[in-house]
Amino acid sequence: MGKTLAEKVWDAHVVRRAEGEPDLLYIDLHLVHEVTSPQAFDALRSAGRVVRRPDLTLATEDHNVPTIDIDKPIADPISRAQVEALRQNCAEFGVPLFPLGSQDQGIVHVVGPQLGLTQPGMTVVCGDSHTSTHGAFGALAFGIGTSEVEHVLATQTLPLKPFKTMAITVNGPLPDGVTAKDLILAVIARIGTGGGQGYVLEYRGEGVQGLSMEGRMTLCNMSIEAGARAGMVAPDETTFAYLEGRPHAPKDADWDAALAYWQTLRTDDDATFDAEVVIEASELSPFVTWGTNPGQGVPLSGSVPSPEDAADEVERVAIERALEYMDLAPGTPIRAIPVDTVFVGSCTNGRIEDLRAAASILEGRKVADGVRMLVVPGSVKVRLQAMSEGLDKVFVDAGAEWREAGCSMCLAMNPDKLTPGERSASTSNRNFEGRQGPGGRTHLVSPQVAAATAVSGHFASPADLA
Amino acid sequence: MDAFTVHTGTAAPLRRSNVDTDQIIPAEYLKRITRHGFEDGLFSAWRSDPDFVLNRPEYAGVSVLVAGPDFGTGSSREHAVWALQDYGFMVVISSRFADIFRGNSGKAGLLTALVDQDTVEQLWALIEADPTTAVTVDLEAQTVSAGDLVAPFDVDPYVRWRLLQGLDDIGITMQNDDAIAAFESSRPAYAPTTIS
Repeated sequence: MGKTLAEKVWDAHVVRRAEGEPDLLYIDLHLVHEVTSPQAFDALRSAGRVVRRPDLTLATEDHNVPTIDIDKPIADPISRAQVEALRQNCAEFGVPLFPLGSQDQGIVHVVGPQLGLTQPGMTVVCGDSHTSTHGAFGALAFGIGTSEVEHVLATQTLPLKPFKTMAITVNGPLPDGVTAKDLILAVIARIGTGGGQGYVLEYRGEGVQGLSMEGRMTLCNMSIEAGARAGMVAPDETTFAYLEGRPHAPKDADWDAALAYWQTLRTDDDATFDAEVVIEASELSPFVTWGTNPGQGVPLSGSVPSPEDAADEVERVAIERALEYMDLAPGTPIRAIPVDTVFVGSCTNGRIEDLRAAASILEGRKVADGVRMLVVPGSVKVRLQAMSEGLDKVFVDAGAEWREAGCSMCLAMNPDKLTPGERSASTSNRNFEGRQGPGGRTHLVSPQVAAATAVSGHFASPADLA
Repeated sequence: MDAFTVHTGTAAPLRRSNVDTDQIIPAEYLKRITRHGFEDGLFSAWRSDPDFVLNRPEYAGVSVLVAGPDFGTGSSREHAVWALQDYGFMVVISSRFADIFRGNSGKAGLLTALVDQDTVEQLWALIEADPTTAVTVDLEAQTVSAGDLVAPFDVDPYVRWRLLQGLDDIGITMQNDDAIAAFESSRPAYAPTTIS
């Protein structure tokens, strides 16, 4: 019987397989950042262990870093301690690092792909759940915890039980105005925040094949919000064209050999998935979350749901709690909800295409009075590219703040936060209580909806702007 | 890592579903670079509420947490496990755990006992009626018992073996060093490295 894409990649990395034990899987690329690594390095040190393959390991500073005044010392002492610990650990263990100020610094999931380090068929791990982003290349990429970080540092392997596979097939092309972000929010609303549990999702079908690599990264990025371990897209000409010529992509004869292998990385026609979900692209429209988990979303044209709509008691209580936290009344049209802050950035939507999309809507327009808009590129390279295209001027002229690269307002670990009660339209990935700052209220949207919302002062799509 | 066979202690009911790792420990606590002392961040947003279960005197000293479904969703932070352990929890019981949280728990020695929701409801009723009720979690027999209730729980067999043996993951893997070296020598030339 044939194999799925995920099974092919898995099987190509089994170092050891024994009955009743997890497979020992080889890891091709281990990405490291300052938050989930200090204790792992600490444990290595106390056990007298070394990093087995520093040449398959790459560190960058992203979660804690400020996005203004980056030439000054980090003000928060704990943030500074984490960043300094990463620098010391990388120096001591020989791990390459892109520190704040480096031309290659940025969010770990933006940096890997832009360097060409993320390639089809690889296994990629990082102590960060949004590692699923790299699955856009047909890599098996998943988040791990700190003791697994330690394990990979010491052995370049991980003992793992095989994941189940789920096909998410998107029939037909995405309609105009519908983005990868809207698609993944709709998938999560459909299958729920636990729907992908234990699965690797393989996104397929015309609606996925038509996405750029950056769109595929947005899609795979939020697989974790559906509860999945990973998301994947089979590599194709779009993938190969994106990779060719990047600094770490294979060259010459190596490129030919790699390409021949990459072209085999697709789910066989006679392979079966453990579960299948079909999405009709024609039914999709711009999506907005109203609640406090990423599954609590509705089309922009919809309204805030009522606890009475719940299928069961658990859901009813969850809706009630979310509405109370979000300070929303059932039945309120999404378009009638005003926002205080708009955030464009993060590993979900902080790449160049995202910034271009937001800028194209802001061009010649102004951010509404009383609305604060932050535009935060996902990496220094993205920032420089945007500036070479004049996008920074568009943002600044519109009244938005143009920042340095980092995770920024996605997660309230750096100075960019919501204040209590503030409401945001955010292109990030999580709308949990307090995620963007204690008491902050987050609505997840695409960069296009974020920009139109900034102009309108309430939720809006680009089509709503006259 | 200490071996885990049977644990008996009192239990706290956490009547909430979808408790994500941001709620277990908010991101601000992740900035620490030490491995212990995360108990003050556990359920930080709720700890200021005097009615929150862990603030109630009758649940002081609990070592078993009985939680609603989808416990541990969200970010992969292992600090969530450490915070629970630093607070004194040995076992979390729920009818559904998020995958990464469950994996992290097994590695750190926190037992996540998977039971059906009916068992959760019965445990909640017992420990709410009498907070001094002793809850026994027997990893050998894979049962949780309290009062007259004896219910089976599910745990990954490999995690169970490791907890029973008190074995550390890296030590187990390093026994396969030859196999790792052999695999490495067969990797294709085009596989990228981070040091150019």
